[in-house]
Amino acid sequence: MSTESIAAHPQPVNKRKRKLQLAPYLFVLPNLLIFTVFIVIPTILGAVYSFHEYDGLNPMTFIGIENYAEIFTDVKFWQTLGKTATYAIIVVPLIYICALGIAILLVQQIVLKGFFRAIFYWPTMISFIIVGLTWRWIFGELGIINGVLEAVGKDSVSFLSDPFFAKLTVIIAAVWSRLGFFMVIFVAGLLAIPKDYYEAAHLDGASKLRAFFHITLPLLKPTTLLVVMLTTIEAFKAYPLMFALTGGGPNKATTYIVQYIYETGFAKQELGLASAMSIVLFVIITIFTVLQFKLTKGGEN
Amino acid sequence: MTPTKAQKTFVYVLLILFAALWLFPVVWIFLSSFKNNTELYQFPPSLLPQQITFEHFINAFEKGNFGRYFVNSAIVAVTSTLLLLLINSMAGFALAKYRFWGGTFLLLAFISTLMIPLEVIMIPIFKVLSALGLYNSLLALIIPPAATPTGVFLLRQYLLTVPDELLEASRIDGANEWTIYWKVVLPLCRPILAALAIFSFMWRWDDFLWPLIAISDPNKYTVQLALSNFIGEFNVDWGSLLAMSVITMIPVLIVFLVFQKHLVSGMVTSGMK
Repeated sequence: MSTESIAAHPQPVNKRKRKLQLAPYLFVLPNLLIFTVFIVIPTILGAVYSFHEYDGLNPMTFIGIENYAEIFTDVKFWQTLGKTATYAIIVVPLIYICALGIAILLVQQIVLKGFFRAIFYWPTMISFIIVGLTWRWIFGELGIINGVLEAVGKDSVSFLSDPFFAKLTVIIAAVWSRLGFFMVIFVAGLLAIPKDYYEAAHLDGASKLRAFFHITLPLLKPTTLLVVMLTTIEAFKAYPLMFALTGGGPNKATTYIVQYIYETGFAKQELGLASAMSIVLFVIITIFTVLQFKLTKGGEN
Repeated sequence: MTPTKAQKTFVYVLLILFAALWLFPVVWIFLSSFKNNTELYQFPPSLLPQQITFEHFINAFEKGNFGRYFVNSAIVAVTSTLLLLLINSMAGFALAKYRFWGGTFLLLAFISTLMIPLEVIMIPIFKVLSALGLYNSLLALIIPPAATPTGVFLLRQYLLTVPDELLEASRIDGANEWTIYWKVVLPLCRPILAALAIFSFMWRWDDFLWPLIAISDPNKYTVQLALSNFIGEFNVDWGSLLAMSVITMIPVLIVFLVFQKHLVSGMVTSGMK
């Protein structure tokens, strides 16, 4: 009887095993299909386009690396990339300092902690389009900022038609909209630092400032690297905010790289050239992502 | 280590100052949206509306066709989120609980798609959407963004902590793989699914680049696309624009108010982009 049950047992297990083999593939299938059709294929297509002259309507013609050669000598492309980099160099440290500063204030023993956190976090949930038009309304010719300037007896400023002030407005809007997201990451990082360290430093007579530079900052290194890399990548992908706030103007002063590629591809119908530009952007973003990966790992050690 | 009174006051002053700065922009467009046109374009502007009017809200729906855009956005955000929860949890389940040929490769491949942002492939994506007949269809805003590497990865990590014995017990009871997924796995994932749902809804509601690439027919506009279109006009009708912005923020505001404790706790956010 016992031999019978042992002999009878393996069969359903085998059957189960065959079924087990098929099930995971079916479970993965919908995601796999979407990733293939909407990420893998477009990536390959983009690479192919980049070696062709293509207007999207007529058949493409192979032109080798001519698109890349054109980018290399395209002064406007490099100017736009330079503007994007300048934007990143200003906005990244600004977000970093403000987010960390607010996070430090929020981990103190204060009342209404949740209320304050909510106020700073809320803008991150508003779309860039609304963020853009909100700040456009504030900085416009008849906006409240000019109203205040008028009230204190100063001349009003055409913030959005002056290149310098337009760039400044974009930076203010970007910091306002993204601070909360990184603040939350910093709060988590700060709370993970053991309190004993600060108490020991205090007993040793170290000032709060010393404790910040010798305990907080070093222990926050992984968080810092994560935030810096995420904000840098975000800065290089910036477009929707400018779309609503400045339209890329005045005179292209706030037209950054993604808008430039978008206009090359969709307005000028130069799909091949725009694809080659995309690949250059991809290389730049990849460098930052790889750096982020390497550095955050290094930060944790 | 207890802070002195001066230090405490300093912290509060700074916090209240910054909080006021951060609160002001939204309050300002909210107040402005209730001003009539004379007040709206009056300089210098008054802080509070002298005469509260709802004309811009009525205009937005009657002249601006805003109801249509709102419904489009709602359809996209809700269905895309439901689809995301379904297919991401299926994939997460497979990658966490089955040993199958190609499984590890698929996991790495899924995660590596994070490296390719939409900004980099927007031109070929436009061609792919056209070729599939999805251009100018809401399906183009629902299906492609529903497969998220972040969602798959989070669910996989979450399900790794579920003991195999639990699934094995159901198998012995004769449940097939789908039943196990539907009846055992899905209910277990509820907390993480809730978190993903919040973010997915917000991503889809706020999204601009996908609709910009996929939609040109004004009848298919989402709220963000409609707003961006109105602000590009030569004579911007600020009254309607402000009213529409206020309405557009309401669904996300509700989500925010209901879930804000979880959102700002950091645990959820740190995994999301």
